[in-house]
This record gives sequence, structure tokens and C-alpha cells, in this order.
Amino acid sequence: MIDFRLEQREHVSPWLVFFAPIGAVIFSLMIASILIILAGVNPIESYIKLFVGAFGSKNAIAETLARATPLILTGLAAAIAFRAKFWNIGAEGQLYAGALAVTFFGTGLIQLPSFLMIPFLFLVGALAGGLLLLPLVLLRNYYKVDEVVTTLLTNFIIVLLVGYLLEGPWKDPMSLGWPQGASVIDEGVLPQIIPRTRLHLGFIISIFTALIIWLILSRTILGFKIKAVGINPSASHHAGIPVIKTIIIVALLSGGMAGMAGVTETAGLKGYLTLDLSPGFGYAGIAVAMLAGLNPIGIIFSGIFLASIYVGADAMSRAMNVPTYLADVIVALTVLSVLISIIMLQFKIVLGGQKRDI
Amino acid sequence: MLALLEIKDISKRFGNLVANDKISFTQMQGEVLAILGENGAGKTTLMNILFGHYKPDSGEIVFRGSKLPAGKPGNAIEVGIGMVHQHFTLAENLTVLENIIIGEQSLLSFSLPQKSARKKLQDLSDRFGLPINPDTIVANLSVSEKQRLEILKTLYRDCTLLILDEPTAALTPQETDSLFSTIKNMVKNGLSVILISHKLNEILAVSDRIVVLRHGKLVGEVVTSKANRTEIAEMIVGGTVNYPKKEKSSPGKEVMRLENISCNPINESTKGLNGVDISLFEGQILGIAGVTGNGQTSLAKMMSGHLKPKNGELFFDKKRIEVFNPKKFMELGVAYIPEDRNIDGLVADMSVWENAVITEISDEKLGNTLGFLNNSSCNDAAQILCETYDVRTQTLQQPARLLSGGNVQKLLLGRWLIRQPKVLIACQPTRGLDEGAIASIQKLILDVRKKGNAVLLITEDLDELLKLSDTVSVIYNGKLSNSFSAEGLDRARVGLMMAGEGFYD
Amino acid sequence: MIFDFVEILFTAGFWAATIRIACPLIFATLGELICERAGVLNLGIEGIMSVGAMVGWMAVYQGADLYSGILIAAFVGAMFGLLHAIFSVYLGASQHVTGIGITMLASSLGFFSFKLILPYSTTPPKIEPFQPIDIPFLSDIPFLGEALFQHTPFTYLAIISVVFIFWLINSTPFGLSIKMAGENPMALEAQGIDVLLVRSMAVILGSALMAVGGAYLTMSAFDAFYFGMVNGRGWIAIALVIFATWKPERALLGALLFAGLDAYQVRAQQLAGAVIPYQFFLMMPFLLSIVAMIIAAKKTRYPKALLIPFRRGERH
Repeated sequence: MIDFRLEQREHVSPWLVFFAPIGAVIFSLMIASILIILAGVNPIESYIKLFVGAFGSKNAIAETLARATPLILTGLAAAIAFRAKFWNIGAEGQLYAGALAVTFFGTGLIQLPSFLMIPFLFLVGALAGGLLLLPLVLLRNYYKVDEVVTTLLTNFIIVLLVGYLLEGPWKDPMSLGWPQGASVIDEGVLPQIIPRTRLHLGFIISIFTALIIWLILSRTILGFKIKAVGINPSASHHAGIPVIKTIIIVALLSGGMAGMAGVTETAGLKGYLTLDLSPGFGYAGIAVAMLAGLNPIGIIFSGIFLASIYVGADAMSRAMNVPTYLADVIVALTVLSVLISIIMLQFKIVLGGQKRDI
Repeated sequence: MLALLEIKDISKRFGNLVANDKISFTQMQGEVLAILGENGAGKTTLMNILFGHYKPDSGEIVFRGSKLPAGKPGNAIEVGIGMVHQHFTLAENLTVLENIIIGEQSLLSFSLPQKSARKKLQDLSDRFGLPINPDTIVANLSVSEKQRLEILKTLYRDCTLLILDEPTAALTPQETDSLFSTIKNMVKNGLSVILISHKLNEILAVSDRIVVLRHGKLVGEVVTSKANRTEIAEMIVGGTVNYPKKEKSSPGKEVMRLENISCNPINESTKGLNGVDISLFEGQILGIAGVTGNGQTSLAKMMSGHLKPKNGELFFDKKRIEVFNPKKFMELGVAYIPEDRNIDGLVADMSVWENAVITEISDEKLGNTLGFLNNSSCNDAAQILCETYDVRTQTLQQPARLLSGGNVQKLLLGRWLIRQPKVLIACQPTRGLDEGAIASIQKLILDVRKKGNAVLLITEDLDELLKLSDTVSVIYNGKLSNSFSAEGLDRARVGLMMAGEGFYD
Repeated sequence: MIFDFVEILFTAGFWAATIRIACPLIFATLGELICERAGVLNLGIEGIMSVGAMVGWMAVYQGADLYSGILIAAFVGAMFGLLHAIFSVYLGASQHVTGIGITMLASSLGFFSFKLILPYSTTPPKIEPFQPIDIPFLSDIPFLGEALFQHTPFTYLAIISVVFIFWLINSTPFGLSIKMAGENPMALEAQGIDVLLVRSMAVILGSALMAVGGAYLTMSAFDAFYFGMVNGRGWIAIALVIFATWKPERALLGALLFAGLDAYQVRAQQLAGAVIPYQFFLMMPFLLSIVAMIIAAKKTRYPKALLIPFRRGERH
């Protein structure tokens, strides 16, 4: 039908690798502008409103960075897993597992001074996220049960569990009927880093975490193994790398990152667990990771970028009467355009037998 | 005779590699034309262009006087060209009949003409002497039956020019003879055949005319009856290749011993093992002959710790081994070269240095106590490996997939040999390599023997097996024959055993 | 008390509900099955169902008749299928990421358009959905009549599509090509058939079915569109495909079994609601899907070429 072939490139310029995601972003904003036009509004004006909404004031910037915090962490969760071709699509559930752990330990059960309490909460949150993934990774490794589906299904189970706990045994009696958990004790609350904004310590922690994950992936033996297992598990196995063990470590790390996102949201942004704690941070993390080319450093920037889309879209929606769902559309378009850019980097497109270098 | 096919100035590049460089030749009606050349000479690429899998960068193909549109197998099939690929193109879980009738009908048609297809297939079977049961699931066919099916597929689509790509690679000598008589029978029935091979003997036996390719170029055309063996051999490799010679070596002590071992197959495409006994001795090469899929993979996987036997015992240096895992066997001193380099060997998208040190990474010699990699010692180790085993790479940092097949195999073999293994298990170590690389790999294997270590060599290539091995056993249906001294061993007898003669249930 | 729980099984209403709950799953599972048989995992399913639910409903709300609503939903589903195919089949991009991207895009576009067209609706507006049709004579049979023969035309369509897909896969050249594309695409190419075309057609057809499954929710099961109403049914369908070992007839069985358990729990919930919180009942479908996958895991034999892109003219 269509005479169209892909031919592998032998060398890819590092500049191209750097600019490809930016091209993808511009491409998706252009496509999204068609929708804005359909909504009867001027796209350029809308994007200006969006930009101002995300970066136009101290408060806006603080809000954007606060929103970036969980996105960076769920982005790391996706990146670690995807590098090993372990398809953890369950960051949403693992985020809530982390939040549950914070509510369980951080609302009075354990009392520690702040400098211990905060690390403690991150630890139990990460553990909860990782442990939620553990049975699923074991099922995958030993019973060949596809992890894509089990992680996705687990998201729904955990959200229902949260719903039960918040309407039942963990419901805060002070909350006047709203289903929400008890407040995290003062020692456990992540302090604001810009006064009178919602930006909290979690942001700094997420950036540090990204740096540490970058070190692990690029400079350590574990990172080497993860890379090898992700590219060719069979060859890695034959070369003596313990593939199953590596995948389990990947799962624990990945789930741990998502669990930490639950901690930043519960102990940082809100101070207590609610049913709408995450408006899909777990799924958006996939977009964050893809946009960054699964690079942890890049995730800091792509996390902030996507956060600005979400935050800016709210402002734009109020000013221009474009539904806020536009932000989700842009994020989805970003995922798909990044895929195109990845293919373009890997391959030359050959049409009708004649090469055209695209 | 009429010109049936004209190949005109065909060129094709893959990246920097020129696979076909302005190749032109003509085939006559009713002729068996052999295309000869070592692995990587461009034979298969040319046939894939002819059949429409690839589109040439330039040049054209004229079939029966009219130009053949490039780039679509459908066009080739329509004019009567059929191709039997070296790697069979069969859907294993479907029946013989389903594999045959697919493609005959338009995708929009509402029915599969099973009844008429069955009849046509029966007629073809009878006419060409190629019996087959149309309702068998393909996975249950033997290698030679699958090949028969592939040939029937082309005949079913009324092919008049049949391309056979390395058809004898996986056959026993007897099956090869029978294939050749089928070819002669087909020519009698008016077909023309293109036969691709890198085996000179076979070509001389069955072809009318020979075309030789080297490094993508056509380097000679000869009528078979006037061909001179030595000349053609030199034409193929462009000079002479110094193949290593096996020196005398007497067996040392026993390193590894298998007693009555049975195990389940490691995957669908091979058999398990059934009561296998093996002894490997220092300074000796034991060759395992057999048609692919008779349990070779299970044997190699089991002997390298990837597969746990159901029963039976394995001794290493007289000690009974209880734990079967690859790491444990690596530590004992077993090295395993899997048959599929690109799937089980190379991590193609990692760099050359990463591939060079990957077997050592697990021992964590190359990092510090915190688990950080020491880049300079990794680089040094990779450098030494590449120099010792003559792995030619532009840089250590380039992706390993850019290495040639021979260099990949030298890298893979080298990273095991540098560990000084006591036992080397090599599966199809030279498959698909050019003659120069084959000679280097064979030398590396003989060096292992020279150093007084043991080798288990599994290869489809009977000539190679007889040349390198000290003793030979035949594997059939998961059972192993006694071992015979390789010297003076009769090819025909080995061939019969490969087909199951002498094995009892 | 225990008697009450058993009695549920002897009410025709239970069996009728089972069939109703099964229908969206039947469409979705068949759709996914076709894609996977051809070698493409379609994780776009959840979003495509969602957009199908929205579009079908919206078409009817804007004045189209119900059958056109189904066709429009199928068309939109097919378009997302085409997009999926361009990425996963023609470009050979990661099927996982493509699917997630398509799900995100389809559902967000659906929500966006819904809000754009009906910005101020607070209570979801309603349409006149498909009404049950009594099949003459058969519907008068006691018990069986009510359980099986008093359904909406959309429900009968679900059953017809099982027969259709069964026939397509097992008795047509296209079906045989799909099977081969998922097993050994090279075998198909060597017989002169365009693998990319076959795979794309399968993904497009499968996606259309998914969207129809979504439309069932808004046009037959309910009468309005809510955000998040697909609620994981797409993911459950993927589990059901595995449970059904990629066979349409078993997909029907799996969907019915699954729906039966779901219908049962809804009724059991009314009896046990005071004791067991409703969330645990709602968890059941998801837990059951995981259990179903574990049960099927031992004998699971994936189509061999699933997830592997086919690139023409690549060196093999």
C-alpha cells in the first residue's frame, strides 16, 4: 500500500538527541492549538495566558514547582522501570500506598523529632510503594503474569482501599463529614521553602532523588546491569547477570519513587490523605519520563515543564473558557510526539525506494 | 535456451556496508544456476531483492522479458518466482495447509478454498515426489519436512523459478542427496532453479552454471562442467585462507562427566535429553553431530548450568554437582557460547567496552565497594580483550551492533576465553561468518584444546565438526550415540545416524 | 441467610444482568483479541472505550439515531486505531508507550470535547437509550425468556459480533493472515501479503470494537456519560484476552463468567452491605482479573510475534 521503509541510522548527533524532545513539545503545542481554535479562542493568546499562569508570579512559580514535585518522582518511577523494560504502569497505586504509609505512621503512631520524622516518612512511603509492586514482579518473574495489566489493575484496587479507609476506620473525625485522613503531626510536615506559598521541602528532595538515581543508573554496577537487562535480558543472563534479581531491585526502586510521591503530597502539600490526592500523577509520570528520554536529570526539567502545563492550563481555562482537559490533551500529545522523535533519531525514513533524510 | 531472468546492475547498501555492487548476470530457462560465495558476500541480499523483500538502490530485474516491479514479494510470486528462505518462513502453530493457502486469495475474500487446495496439494506432492500431510501442525514437522513444505508452497503458487537459499545447511548428507534429486526432477518438469550456497562440493554436484560473489561484487561466472575447483575456491575468498590445523593431542584427565542425564526441553524448538552419557577430557574436542532441534540446545544449556536435569548425575573434576545455575558453572570454569550471537550473546545497543566487561561485572571486580564502576579499569580490560583476540573496532565506545559478525564472535569468545575456562561449550561458533573469520574462530577453539582444556563443539557443519573434533557423537531425538574417533570417520554413516539409524526407543 | 445468597442464582434478573454487564467486556475483549492475534498489544483500549462512550452518546444527544450513534463511535474508535497503527505498526514504536499515549489522548480528547460542547451541564444530561426488545415466543419462556430474550438490540449485537469474529478468524483469508502476522510475520510477507497492512487493519477493526464496547455503556447500560465511567473495563478486557487464550469463543465465556461474578457481587452486596464495605465488592473485578491471569499463566502461549515490530526491508 504505502511504500515506506525505515533504515537504521549508524550515528546520531548528540545535539539532535538534545533537541528532539523540544521539537516534540513544540509539535504537540501546535497540534493542541487546533483544539484551542476549535474552542473559538486565539491560541497564541491562550498560550501566553498559560505561560503567565505557570511562571508569571512568585506564587505561580511556587505552585508550578510544587506540582512538579510528585511528577518528578513518578517520572523517576517510570524511567527506572522502563529502562529495564519492566512496564510498571502502577505508579498511581504505589503513590497512594506511600500516602497510606504516611497516614498510618505519621499521624501520631510514631513521634520523632522533625529531622528524623521526615526521613522516616519518606522511608516508609518508599517501602510501601516498593512492597506493593513486589508481589506483581514476583508473579511476572516466576509465573510470567504480564505486569502491565496487573499494575494497572492494582491502581484501581488501591484507590478503592483508600476510599474504604477514608470513609471508614481512618476517617478524620474532625473533617466534618469529608472523607479525609487525620493530619500528619507537625514534626512530619514538610516545611515551606518559600513562605506563604505551597512550595515545600519535597521539591528539593525530589531533585536530590533524581540526582541520586542518575548516579545509580549511569555510574554504578547496578546501573550497568539495569541497562543490560533492559536492552537484552537473554544476553545478560548468558553473561552471568542475575536478571530476575535485577528486575526485582528495579521494581523496588521504581515503586519506591512512586511511594515517595505519595509522601510529598500527603506530608507536604495537603498535610493529610484525601481521595483526590493524585489527579493522575502516576500516569503523567510516564509522560514525564518519556519526554526526558528516561534520563533522571532530564526528568527534573520535563517534570517542571509538564507541571507548568497543568498549572498554566487552570489559569488559561479561567481566562479563556477552554476546558482544563486541554492540559491532559497536551500531555498525551507529548507522549506520542516523543515517540515520533525517538523513531526519527533511530531511523531514516525511506520513501518509494529513494532516501529522504528526515 | 531462452534467457529467463536478467539481473541488471543491482546495487544495495545498508548504512556503510555495500551489500551488492552493480551485479549483473543472466539465467537461462531450465537451468540450475548456483550463486556461490562465502557468508556475507551478498548472496541472500541479492535474492531478497529479486524476491522483493528489499528494494535495490539502483538497477533492475527483467523476468521473461518484462521488468519486475521492485520491492514487493507479491509481484515476484505473481510472475512465478518462488523462494525458500534459509530461515523458514512458516507459522509454526498453523497447519501445513493453512501455511500453503495463505496469500492465494484476496484478503477481502470470504472463504478459504480448503477443498480445492487439498486436491492441488495432493497433485503436486505426487508429481514431484514430496509427500506431506496437509493437516499436521507445522511445529511437529522435522527440518527436512519443513523444507519440503516450503518447496510445496512455491509450487502451489505455480512457481517456475525456484530460489533455494542455503537449502542444505540443516540437512543430513542423505537428505541433501534427496533434495538434489528433487531439484533435478523439477528441472525435468520445466522449472528453473537458483541455488545459493557456500559449499563448493554441493554446487559442483548439482548446478549447470556458477556465479561467484565476493564482498558484494560479481567476481566470476563459470560453466560447472568446465569449472576448476581450486580456481573457484580462490575466487570465493579472494586468495587463500589459512585454516588452522589440528595438532596431535592425547586425552588428559576427565574434566566433566554426565551419567544418564535426562531433562525436559528448554524451549519448543528443541528436544529434551534422554539418558545421556558424556565424558569430556582435557586437551580434547568432543563434537556433537546432529540435525538442529534434536536436543543440542538442551544439552548445551544443561552443561552450562542453565537447565536442571530431571535425573542423572553430572560430575566436574570428579565432584558431583548439585546446584545448577549459570553463575555456579561460570565459577567452576565452564564457558558457554550460545548459538544465536545476536539474541543470547551481544547486547547490541551497548558499547563495545560494555560488552567486553559484562561477564566480569557480575563478579564486581571492576567497581569499588560502594558499587560504582571504575571506568578506567573497565576500559583497560576491554582494551586488553580486543587486542588479545583481535576484535577490530573503531573505538571501544561505539555501539557493539556496528561490529561485523566475525568481530562479534571474537569478542564473545574472547570474553569467555580470557577467564581461562576448563570447559568450553561452543554452539554453532562459526555459523554465518566469512571464511577469514571462520579460520580465526576455529583457531581460537583449537587453542583451548592446545592449552589442555576440554571443548564440546556443537555444529551443523559436518565438515567443520570432523575437522576440529577428536571424538564425535551423534545426537538424535534427545539421545546420544557412543563416541567415535573423528579420524577416518565415514560421513555417510554419520549422516544415517543423524537421521536416526541405530537409535532405539 | 446462606439461602439468600444461593437464591440469587435462581433469579432471572441475575442472569439478565450478567449478560448486560458482559456486553461492553465482550466488545472490548474481542477488539483486543484481534489486535493481539495480529501481534499488536493495544493499551489504547481504556481510552478508546472512553471516547467511544462519549462520542456515541453525544451523537445521539445531538439528534442522531441510536444505530448511527454506534456507527459514529465505531468510526472514532477506528480513527484512534489508525493512529495506534501508524505508531506501533508503521513506525514500529514501543507498543506499550503508544498504547498508554493513545489511552491518554483518547480519554482527554473525549473529556475535552464533552466539556467544550456541554460546558455548563452540572447534572449529566440524558438520552433515550436502547430499549429491550422481546424476542417473539422465546421471551415468553418462563425464566429463560427473561434471562436471555428480553435484551436491547445492542446486547444481541454483542453476541452477533462474537460469531462474526469467530468466523473471521477461523474461516477467512484475512483471519488467517491475522494469525500469521502475530505468529511469524515473515511467513506472511514471503507469501506476498503486506504485513503492515494486515496488522493495521486488525488494530483498526479491534479499536472500533473497543469504542462500540464503550458506547454500550452510555447507550444501552446507562443513558448518560460520566467522566471515568469506563473505570478499568479496558484493562480487565486485556486480562480476559489472556484468560481466553486468544480465542473468541472463550472470550465470550470469560466475559460471561466475569460478569456473572460481578452481577452476583452487586446482589450479594445488598444482602451483606451492612457487614462488608462496598469498596471491597468493587475491588472484586480487578482482583478477579489478576487471579484469572495467574490461573491462565501456566498454559499461556502468547502470539509469538506479539510486541515485536515488523520492519520491511530490514536485514535479518
